Amino acid sequence: MANSWRRERWESLRLLTPNWQSRLPGHRYSGPDPDGYMTAGEVVELIDRFAAVSRAPVRTGTNVTSVRAVDGGYHVTTSRGEIRCRTVVVASGACNLPAVPPISQAVPASVEQLTPFDYHSPGKLPDGGVLVVGASATGVQLASELRRSGRRVLLSVGEHVRLPRTYRGRDVLWWMDASGVWDQRYDEVDDLTRARRLPSPQLVGTPERSTLDLNALTASGVELVGRWAAVRDGSALFSGGLRNVFSLADLKMDRLLGTFDEWAKEQGRDAEVDPPERFAPTRVPDSTRLRLDLASGEIRAIVWATGFRPDYRWLDVPVVDAKGHLRHDGGAVDSPGLYALGLPVLRRRRSTFIHGIEDDAREVIAHLAGRLAARG
Amino acid sequence: MTTVDNGVNVQALLDARKALAGAPEAAQFTWRASAKWQNGVHSTTTVRNFFGLGAEQAHKSEAVFDADHPEVFAAEDNGITPIEYLLVGLASCLTAGVASVAQNRGIQLRSVESTVEGQHDIRGILGVDSDVRNGFNDVKVTFKIDADASPQDIEALVAQSQKRSAVFDALTNPTNVTVEVAAA
Ligand SMILES: Cc1cc2nc3c(=O)[nH]c(=O)nc-3n(C[C@H](O)[C@H](O)[C@H](O)COP(=O)(O)OP(=O)(O)OC[C@H]3O[C@@H](n4cnc5c(N)ncnc54)[C@H](O)[C@@H]3O)c2cc1C
Repeated sequence: MANSWRRERWESLRLLTPNWQSRLPGHRYSGPDPDGYMTAGEVVELIDRFAAVSRAPVRTGTNVTSVRAVDGGYHVTTSRGEIRCRTVVVASGACNLPAVPPISQAVPASVEQLTPFDYHSPGKLPDGGVLVVGASATGVQLASELRRSGRRVLLSVGEHVRLPRTYRGRDVLWWMDASGVWDQRYDEVDDLTRARRLPSPQLVGTPERSTLDLNALTASGVELVGRWAAVRDGSALFSGGLRNVFSLADLKMDRLLGTFDEWAKEQGRDAEVDPPERFAPTRVPDSTRLRLDLASGEIRAIVWATGFRPDYRWLDVPVVDAKGHLRHDGGAVDSPGLYALGLPVLRRRRSTFIHGIEDDAREVIAHLAGRLAARG
Repeated sequence: MTTVDNGVNVQALLDARKALAGAPEAAQFTWRASAKWQNGVHSTTTVRNFFGLGAEQAHKSEAVFDADHPEVFAAEDNGITPIEYLLVGLASCLTAGVASVAQNRGIQLRSVESTVEGQHDIRGILGVDSDVRNGFNDVKVTFKIDADASPQDIEALVAQSQKRSAVFDALTNPTNVTVEVAAA
């Protein structure tokens, strides 16, 4: 139970969603700090409590090793026996494995390589500089904590989603929720493939509710470099297009804040919140380096914060596309009786997060129940 | 409402995007140029044929480009320097991108002008100082755009055009280059 939160998270991790948002069906946060952010341990407690109260028939410690389509349903093989069923809901998560690009194979052995699954805390890394690859939630959080531990830190930045922690005095995720951005349905999104692949926002949940954007990292002494493009002659080569990924993220953030302002005005809620604000553009370093000699000893470790991917090796039904993602329409998988839950933008933008499950589960299970009823 | 017309057939591009999503083989193109030494540092490069959509293709007509060095390099200046061709490529690629993105976003353009400057320390190519690189140290493009759009929307056009630009990518990211001598 709550396996991913017990075993696959680093020590300092807190949710980037505020407590009041970390709700599960029938469960609202009722503690003293609705605007705070849970630690991974607190998420485990939340899920354990939910499991106890809901009395869902969970078979813990049971691995599913195969799911096959058979006449009238599915045959499931587990580490503790076989199950025949008419429908299956795949809720195995979107982040089972760290996604590490092939260039990692060209890194010399003198540099230790870690994924977020291997990373626990700065003290466990070899002494010396660290290159963090990827500037989404995981990358900015790890770069920041590594820098605070006194190390030299380089952060390789590709396309990213910039957000302030608070906007007009409210958590930026309050705005996402209240203004309806997160309610946008999967069949209304312009480019669904892109929305489902969107990197996580540059947010961290801290008691200070501070913003952890690239300007904050630069101010703390992290050196920003472009997207890591290749390894040549033992050197990492970074893209010279850093300025444009900054512009794209700044423009996108301003557009989003603009939609919040419009919403507040139209709904007559301006008085509840502080006046509109805009943030300084991402500062472009005077010169960014394009090359880093990996054998020079300048960095001793690389942390790949390049995202995660699902693992469907156990799913013996041809419903996984060439990129390794399930083919589904709002949770109805491309094989009758097979369903999915807990995937990014499954039915709405909110689906990506813990609190997205409530509406998604109701709708997907309604579809499933309808199918069972129709077949008698 | 007047319809926006920047002369870009966006529908054809969107159709191609859809068609090629399921046919990666057809999306493989090979662009070619053939160069011939004239005299001194003067050469002419000819472009006509390319491969794409699974077949040999050709431009409507052959194009010939002269490259040389200027008189300050003690050459005859029969054409622009090779590195200036990179600026031509970058400017024209970004400009095409601005027009396409504007069309797709329903923005009518009235004029799009740009200046590209490449900072080049020629001590590199002359071998004066091995710490100086041969190529550009810095490239700067400045756009002047007159269009029916807000300054932010114009910024976004230019940002998106870089994001989808072949030449911007080729200049900002390393590319494997193989140069060999054909068997006689
Ligand atoms: C680093 C990180 C930080 C995040 N931060 C936040 C946040 O701040 N706020 C937020 O709302 N969301 C956050 N998320 C997203 C959040 O984790 C998901 O929305 C949520 O966990 C989805 O729950 P789930 O049960 O669908 O999937 P998971 O939590 O991934 O659980 C899937 C479970 O299925 C099990 N499983 C997989 N395959 C098999 C198999 N073959 N047999 C048996 N069991 C199997 C796994 O072991 C796991 O226990 C974060 C995700 C990550 C990776």
